[in-house]
Amino acid sequence: MSRKLASWDTAIILLTVLVLIIASLAVDNFGTSRNFTFMVLDLLPIILVALPMTFIIVTGEIDLSVASTLGLTSSLMGWFWNHGLSIETIIPLCIVIGAVAGAFNGFLITGLGLPSLAVTIGTLALYRGLALVVLGDSAVADFPFNYTGWVTGTLSWLPWLDGAVPNVLILIVVLALIFGVILHATPIGRSLYAIGANAQAAHFAGIRVARTKFWLYVVSGAVAGLVGVLWTLRYSSARADNGAGLELAVVAAVLLGGVSIFGGKGSLPGVLAGVVLLTALQNALRLEDVSGQALNIVTGALLVLSVLLPNVISSIRGNWQRRKLRQSAAS
Amino acid sequence: MNLLKTRELGIVLALAALVLFTTISNPRFLSGQSIRDNLLNTAILAVMAAGQAVVVITRNIDLSVGSVLGISAFAVATMMSDHPGLPMIVAILVGLVVGAAAGLLNGVLVRYGKVPALVVTLGTLYMYRGITYSWAGGSQVNADELPPHFLNFANDNLLGVPWLVLIALVVVGGTSWVMRNYRVGRELYAMGSSPQAAELAGIKVARNLLGAFVLSGALAGLAGVLFAARFGTVDASAGTGYELNVVAAVVVGGVAVFGGSGTVWGAGLGALLLTVISSALAVLDINQFWQQAIVGALIVLAIGADRLVAVRIARSLRKRDAHV
Repeated sequence: MSRKLASWDTAIILLTVLVLIIASLAVDNFGTSRNFTFMVLDLLPIILVALPMTFIIVTGEIDLSVASTLGLTSSLMGWFWNHGLSIETIIPLCIVIGAVAGAFNGFLITGLGLPSLAVTIGTLALYRGLALVVLGDSAVADFPFNYTGWVTGTLSWLPWLDGAVPNVLILIVVLALIFGVILHATPIGRSLYAIGANAQAAHFAGIRVARTKFWLYVVSGAVAGLVGVLWTLRYSSARADNGAGLELAVVAAVLLGGVSIFGGKGSLPGVLAGVVLLTALQNALRLEDVSGQALNIVTGALLVLSVLLPNVISSIRGNWQRRKLRQSAAS
Repeated sequence: MNLLKTRELGIVLALAALVLFTTISNPRFLSGQSIRDNLLNTAILAVMAAGQAVVVITRNIDLSVGSVLGISAFAVATMMSDHPGLPMIVAILVGLVVGAAAGLLNGVLVRYGKVPALVVTLGTLYMYRGITYSWAGGSQVNADELPPHFLNFANDNLLGVPWLVLIALVVVGGTSWVMRNYRVGRELYAMGSSPQAAELAGIKVARNLLGAFVLSGALAGLAGVLFAARFGTVDASAGTGYELNVVAAVVVGGVAVFGGSGTVWGAGLGALLLTVISSALAVLDINQFWQQAIVGALIVLAIGADRLVAVRIARSLRKRDAHV
């Protein structure tokens, strides 16, 4: 079983590398450092939100409220800024508010035992609604340039790289490493897989299932809050509808990366490849003047295929083995 | 059973309290025009909620309904502007067929591909919307390109009841009736309560599941026709994000997301409640931006209430067993 899934991870990573190579060769301007910066900036929100989302889906739960938490913190960021708070206060405050939003999800799901799908559909509407209450349909745009410029800028202290490495790439790499190490090299990571495989057995094995899940939602909310800040700074615009629909892209990328929606299976490298694959495809097709909306067909099809193909392969393999057994029994 | 009945009673009471409170502060809320607007706005949502309720009762979900509405609305609007002579019934049939085909693909992938409904319909949400965008290519169908009999359909009455409302009543009433009194309806509840037990009991799970998804798709397609007739202007983004409202109506209406319980007419009431809330906000002069937050809070409250009911039922069942 694990061999099959490992091969899915490998397949998606290989496919991603293939797409990157073909796009660099066939699409004009795809391989330029300028386009690379744009791609990393497009990648940023999806990849950061996908890290805790992977943890949550591995435990067999889901969090659809992340994009609304992002919108809420973006709204509040604008509101705080208008009310004269300093940006150094606003940024940690927004991350804490994101964590509180996540804690509310976690309380409803682990404290009251409500289904996470329904809870986070509810808070998806609730948090986005609160974002609208805070800022209405107005926008706040006059954030200080040294912050907005940092998010869209590239590393300047490495002259030989010639502005090819975006600042936020460092953030992505550091966070991906932390999440990757936790998931694949610590007891906490193993316990997440145990919870996803069989929550009851994990409970009997001494894993604090409810507490672990609660903290996952807190982390997910905090990361969504951070991404709300980064999103606002990147476009230099705090709006209530920032990031609307991002939850679907994140879930699609995580599942495409080989994480099972039933929990217990998947790996972070696969997820990272899934995110890069989706973003690179989108970027390449945009450079080729294909509308981003038409690309939805590819995203949707990839999402369904990522679950469908392994099922089909294993059922064909099962049939073939059964036939072989029957033949050997007959002879 | 009595405990379940209190779920729908709760929505009716909430609805009555809301209408009463709003009417006291502004008596025009109960005027003929206001009631008519509320019912017309409910109709499209209620039609989709009926199909979604059936799917959720089988312990599945259909997130693609907003995109199915979009593709059907665009298909029918394009057809009617190219062939203005076609009668309304053809438009409705085409909408139903387009939606049913989309629903059939969902159902086949869920049943035969063994892909969870959440994943399938999330994927087809993207795909159907992407197809509509590629097809439209930035163009839209305007009201002045559509034949008058098609646009008038949204305003015409039969014995004083608008056609849209009549269709919604027939859909919600008919589906509730079948779910309550017919064998196939009870089988759908059984599948939601325990999929394995339903299979072992000899229920034709595959046929019923495909039926549920085809119904949900077809009704979303029908909603697309009603949408095009009511709003006149249709572009590729028609119905974007509707899936959230539909799921909200179903959950608020007392259909449990774990399947096996709830009623279709409860989902219809949920659609009515959500619509009345948004018009009451306007009448009470409350910031319209509160609407979505209230919808979200209602969903959370509704699932909390369901949980409470479920815990009580489990406790009373245990007590009864203890006496035996």
